[in-house]
Amino acid sequence: MATTPEHAARISRLQQARPEVVMHGLREEPRGWLAWLTTTDHKRIGIMYLFATFLFFILGGVEALLIRLQLAVPDGTLVTPETYNGLVSMHGTTMIFLFVVPVWAGFANYFVPLMIGARDMAFPRLNALSFWLLAFGGIAFYGSLFFEPPGAGWTSYAPLSDDAYLPGGGVDAWIFLIHLTGLSSLVGAINFIATIHNMRARGMGWGRMPLFVWSILTYSYLLVAALPAIAAAVTMLLTDRHFGTDFFDANGGGDPMLWQHLFWFFGHPEVYIMILPAFGIISEILPVFARKPIFGYKAIAAATVAIAFLGLLVWAHHMFTTPTSTVVLVFFMMSSFLIAVPTGIKIFNWIATLWRGSIMMKTPLYFAAALPALFVIGGISGVILAVFPVDWQLHDTYFVVAHIHYVLFGGSVFGIFAGLYYWFPKMSGRMLSEGLGKASFWVMFVGFNLTFLVQHSAGLSGMPRRIYDYPESAGWWGFNLASTIGSFLLGIGVMMSVVNVIVSIKKGQKAGNDPWKGNTLEWFTQSPPPENNFDVVPRVRSVEPMKDIRREVMKGAEPAGTVAQPVASGT
Amino acid sequence: MGRLLRKRPALGMALLSGVSTAVGIVIVLAIDWFPVQASTASPQIDTLWDVLMIASVPVFVLVMAVALYSVFAFRAEPGDLSDGEPIHGNTRLEVIWVTIPFIMVSALAVYGWIVLDDIEAKQTDPLIVNVTGQQFAWRFDYPDEGKVKSTELVLPEDRDVEFRVNTDDVLHDFWVPEFRLKTDAVPGLTTKIRLKPSRIGEYDVVCAELCGLGHATMRSAVRVVTPEDFDAWIAKEQQSETDGGAAAAGGDEAAAGKQLFTETGCNACHTLADAESASAIGPGLDELSADAEKYGEQNDQSPEEYVKTSITEPDAFLVPDFNAGIMPADYAEQLSPEELDTLVKYLLSVSGEEKP
Ligand code: HEM
Ligand SMILES: [Cu+2]
Repeated sequence: MATTPEHAARISRLQQARPEVVMHGLREEPRGWLAWLTTTDHKRIGIMYLFATFLFFILGGVEALLIRLQLAVPDGTLVTPETYNGLVSMHGTTMIFLFVVPVWAGFANYFVPLMIGARDMAFPRLNALSFWLLAFGGIAFYGSLFFEPPGAGWTSYAPLSDDAYLPGGGVDAWIFLIHLTGLSSLVGAINFIATIHNMRARGMGWGRMPLFVWSILTYSYLLVAALPAIAAAVTMLLTDRHFGTDFFDANGGGDPMLWQHLFWFFGHPEVYIMILPAFGIISEILPVFARKPIFGYKAIAAATVAIAFLGLLVWAHHMFTTPTSTVVLVFFMMSSFLIAVPTGIKIFNWIATLWRGSIMMKTPLYFAAALPALFVIGGISGVILAVFPVDWQLHDTYFVVAHIHYVLFGGSVFGIFAGLYYWFPKMSGRMLSEGLGKASFWVMFVGFNLTFLVQHSAGLSGMPRRIYDYPESAGWWGFNLASTIGSFLLGIGVMMSVVNVIVSIKKGQKAGNDPWKGNTLEWFTQSPPPENNFDVVPRVRSVEPMKDIRREVMKGAEPAGTVAQPVASGT
Repeated sequence: MGRLLRKRPALGMALLSGVSTAVGIVIVLAIDWFPVQASTASPQIDTLWDVLMIASVPVFVLVMAVALYSVFAFRAEPGDLSDGEPIHGNTRLEVIWVTIPFIMVSALAVYGWIVLDDIEAKQTDPLIVNVTGQQFAWRFDYPDEGKVKSTELVLPEDRDVEFRVNTDDVLHDFWVPEFRLKTDAVPGLTTKIRLKPSRIGEYDVVCAELCGLGHATMRSAVRVVTPEDFDAWIAKEQQSETDGGAAAAGGDEAAAGKQLFTETGCNACHTLADAESASAIGPGLDELSADAEKYGEQNDQSPEEYVKTSITEPDAFLVPDFNAGIMPADYAEQLSPEELDTLVKYLLSVSGEEKP
């Protein structure tokens, strides 16, 4: 290698920038499978999270399609009531506890350290523990398939979930799942909090932190605030079931309402735990593809925090039909209305970001731009449900099912797919196919709306949720058939993206470091990033450090205090 | 329009959104969303819904219009690498889109509260009906009308009714979609709900809260009738209740047994041709006499003993393919020993092998 004086100067500058590393004996790097099993690298853990949660997504999807097949025609006989209740409970639980909540931990594991210019998470071993707790939670739960799946819904309302009514082990498996995944999330949340507070690159003050990182910080604080309530509740349920206590048993002086309060004190924050990171991803993707700064950075960050705070104060809007005093319920109606305001702020800022942009019509943008449009429907139906005289009619009907899916599928899952298409090049070094990606988007988009739009009408005309069949005279056949057809389209759309990933991982076009001209630091390093992420971490001087760096490189000058190109890419 | 959009996008958008909003509102008001209105609360709630729809349409249209317009109008040409306008935000806009939604939801909150107050207002001389949910059937009784008991809910038109809702086992939810009101039945509590039926007709009581395997079929009939018909019905029921007792004492055990089978809610889960029930949550009872002999022998019981224990302690012996914890375990308290005997005899008598 020829050494020019320039080059030597550059190397020595780099070496000064490196922290001194002291080794206490060197273990040999494990290879192959073992490397994955024993890894504490945040990127590998992130990949394992994403892989495992997508597997659960597919499982939950198969359960959903079985549910839809059973309901496609009146008096369906595909499954028994017992299997049906099992399917409903497994589907909801899987999608929430094994897919949407932990998939964010997957993305965050991979990208938070990269986006803030850190070399790993604060506690790498704890990080591995979070993943393995999640995996064991999923295994414990799916183990119940071999004896008796749970049958009380993802909400496991007492006393149906008590041993007097569901003595089989399914509910116990559900309890273990809640404990294990709950611990996983708690440990992970503490890790994210420590990492984000302490390990940001020089110059990255709170006002320059990427909005996705803001959302993960808020997600983590919400998990810490909300999880203890459900941990307590399921422990009480476990002792009710097996050790003779009567926390939720009215015959022994307990109160079934206590379960609902504890569950929803966790459950409502949980819905924001599931949606805020999607909002964060959208807030990253829209400005990159509109080639325009995010509109109202501070307003979006503040709205994230406001939503989290208000989200802790609205739980009883799930309990409008319970015997509870009217004044209390009116309070919860008002607080639920209030939360619509910061949610609206975000939507308005996103569409303002698109306005007058120079928009690159790439697949991540399709998913990201669809999110506000779909989420606004879920937000509106949420406000309608919060008007509690109207909720007397709509509670526990398919209208609520439609609401859930507009916010969770139209919101969270479209956000997840946007993130997948946006970040896949960074994780794998290869691009996903644009053609297949866009086709997948359109099939999902049409399938999704066909499946869930009509469910509003089914609910309004009186169809209760969680029923395994309905008589022909009820007049819901048309809605249900449309919904079933839509669900299969949706399934096909999802599988197209899965195929896209499988094919592109080997054959995709090479991505390079920064295929989208990103704004944030993950695009500064190679794709996939080396184990230590960055040799040199640039100094951050705005919300868009990569834009600054590109600008300085164009000017031909090396940005002060850093180097323009990641040096590890080889000299 | 196209030219306007290109030249003055904001103005063009405003026009387009205005038109779409008007069309949208006409559509949402034209759609018949709900079942018929059968209580005095129904029109109020439906109007509230309409107002919510009218408020929602402009929000939806605005978001869709800006998003759609942007992705069409501000699309970069292939090869165009220029940036969009470097706008970082606009404080005045932020204030506007905080204030307007805030005012909208505050107004809705006040309106919602007014409707609520109206519906919950005091009633005069209400008819009291006790509603009891049980896996998987509803029972009704009329404490002030000679304690009439029924599995069908009969209500007089235009009279205030107060429902006192209870449950024997898990959570249920008492709902008549045409009345627009639903309320949970919670173990250990009595939930009150008041309404005034306003339309003669037949509807369904639906259970809206997942209560176990029979949740989907937990339905009963509601009939709203004229006050005269209601009085006649009460009189007839009182009569038949004394008759029923007399029948049991005097020998018409089959009729009494059939009545017990349906009134206690056995028909919600078990098939029995004689009682016209066809549910498959529990084992079918059309061949019970043969089964009772077979399983009774296994347990050293006479067929009668076997049937009786199966009712009072359902988990003591499980029919193959059926699980514990599904059948309510409190029939020993619900039924008197005489009623239990009547039921056992009835079941064994109508389930002979000779029946197909
Ligand atoms: C504008 C904000 C929102 C409001 C005002 C709102 C309001 C409500 C209300 C009142 C209910 C109860 C309906 C009932 O059971 O009768 C509900 C149910 C639900 N919401 Fe929302 N919501 C909002 C946003 C969200 C978001 C962002 C998510 C998740 C990403 C979400 C997920 C759910 C779920 C999962 C349920 C159903 C829970 C169940 O009973 O299984 N909501 N929402
Ligand atoms: Cu909620």
